[in-house]
Amino acid sequence: MSGAALIRVRQLEREYRMDAEIVQALRGVSTEIRPNEYVAIMGPSGSGKSTLMNLIGCLDTPTAGEYWLNGVEVSQMDDDELARVRNREIGFVFQTFNLLPRASALHNVELPLIYAGVRASIRRERAVTALQRVGLADRMGHKPSELSGGQRQRVAIARGLVNQPSILLADEPTGNLDSATSGEIMSVFDELHRQGQTIVMVTHERDIAARAHRVITLLDGAIHSDTMREAA
Amino acid sequence: MPLREAFRLALQVIWANKMKSIFAVIGVFIGVMFLIAVVTIVQGMNRYMTDQVAGNFLGANTFQLRRYPDFNAGNISPDTWREWRRRPRITYDDARAAAAAITVPASTAWESNTSAEVAYRDKSARIRVIGATEDYFEVRNWTIEFGRAFSSQEVRNGQPVVVIGSEVAEGLFENLDPLGREITIRGLPYRVIGVVESQGNIFGFSLDEFAVAPALSPVKRFANPPRVVDVLLVKAQSPEDMQTAMADVEAVMRSRRHLRPAQDNSFALESAAGVLDFWGQINRIMFAVLPGLVSISLVVGGIVIMNIMLMSVAERTREIGIRKSLGARRRDILRQFLVESALLATLGAAIGIGFGLAVAAIVDMTTPLPASVAPWSIVVGVLLGAGVGIAAGLYPASRAARLDPVEAMRQE
Repeated sequence: MSGAALIRVRQLEREYRMDAEIVQALRGVSTEIRPNEYVAIMGPSGSGKSTLMNLIGCLDTPTAGEYWLNGVEVSQMDDDELARVRNREIGFVFQTFNLLPRASALHNVELPLIYAGVRASIRRERAVTALQRVGLADRMGHKPSELSGGQRQRVAIARGLVNQPSILLADEPTGNLDSATSGEIMSVFDELHRQGQTIVMVTHERDIAARAHRVITLLDGAIHSDTMREAA
Repeated sequence: MPLREAFRLALQVIWANKMKSIFAVIGVFIGVMFLIAVVTIVQGMNRYMTDQVAGNFLGANTFQLRRYPDFNAGNISPDTWREWRRRPRITYDDARAAAAAITVPASTAWESNTSAEVAYRDKSARIRVIGATEDYFEVRNWTIEFGRAFSSQEVRNGQPVVVIGSEVAEGLFENLDPLGREITIRGLPYRVIGVVESQGNIFGFSLDEFAVAPALSPVKRFANPPRVVDVLLVKAQSPEDMQTAMADVEAVMRSRRHLRPAQDNSFALESAAGVLDFWGQINRIMFAVLPGLVSISLVVGGIVIMNIMLMSVAERTREIGIRKSLGARRRDILRQFLVESALLATLGAAIGIGFGLAVAAIVDMTTPLPASVAPWSIVVGVLLGAGVGIAAGLYPASRAARLDPVEAMRQE
């Protein structure tokens, strides 16, 4: 494939200081992810997959190494620049949904647009469209507590999509859902990928990872394997 | 985040935590209420002093010559008091000479005061009885409502005629026409020839319980030693004329008393401006103490708000993490919490203003103390509220803004 890499990481390292001890969460990870890839990051707990996820999502900065997102080096950015990148380039979907409990589904989806400075009328229109895309047009006024787990995760996906991000980052998106609902949510991801969305998903469930076209396995803070499925 | 969003959000949070919000602003509320109530009452007193008290004490462009000051600022030391009591009194000759020495157009009048029993048939009252000369009513700006004032001839001859205050007329005569009727003052018969229009009251004390008789009429012997008056009143036609007249009177009195240049006056010259000066001093003291009292409660109020905001930041750590993950910058979070804290305190201040005005209104209605709203105090109240809110919110908001999104979202 000749397309420029959307994500390019070089020798990415991340250390955590726990009291006197230094924990090496990532020990030099290098990889590239191209537009419209559907990548699953696997690995046992403690393998560094959450750390990698946070770095790719610009929630955290590496101790060493480079991270180029869409041709821009983000590894040296400060707090506010990172916030801007998160707002424009990245849509998050979390295991625990991370919706604001007091806000309606619609307002939750509007949040990224508020921080992007989008006008109220356009904001609403785009939030409604995003909720329609995940099949929740009829639940817009509901608060998260009035929604089922699957519906909450759909709201979170709509929120992740509303800014038309370069990457949709999902961290164990089915971890808190039963298997039937998990299937529904995975179908939503499949559909989004078919529409051209780049997706990076952290999971430890093999059958969930099997939906992705590429599986990166981490072990002890380094890439253990990186397999591309022929079908992709 | 646009300011409008921040305000909407802040209102939601404040409304969702009503009880907590109320307790958070109680300090600011009390401080501002106190400020408004005190300023409103002091302002009312101020207006009252200028319009009523000073006007009744002495009208515009009017001054008085007396043995010692009638209106005193602060405490008088026993020594001063003794010196005053040793001073010579103002004699008829002093009063005549002083009046004659005035070089500008002016009216003058004598005044001697005593308290006396006044009776009509079976009714009687103890009131202020004034011995005065014919221009007294004009100098005092009193209007004769019924009948007439006494003439210079009646003063010279010491005729037993009397002009009474409206309250006295009502008390002694009820529905009868007082004119021409005979009353007794300390048992001396006097004929009522006039009634003075009502002067209202000061702090609940009626200003209409008096009787004015000619200075040389029989009552004079109860008021003062022979050939002595309490006061010479001088009413000029402009402030400048009053200054000139005052200087004239001062010069002639000093010469009559043979005072050397180094010696102080052995008499007092007072004008309404002097009384207002005295009130101004009280006023200044109140306005010097007030900011201290208000700021104590505002500081306490600010600390309470800061603590509530710190609690709020701790409770909403996860929310802050989520917002940051969605692209909120430090300044967005900072603004969100600052607006919340400022709005909270301003609402507290607004309620304080309402209650302060209510307190002032109640005081106005239930006591003789008047109240007058000072618009600036409301502006100050609102600004103080917002200021305290911003100051108290700064630290909690900056802590919230600096939270690490990954750490924050991990919190339950």
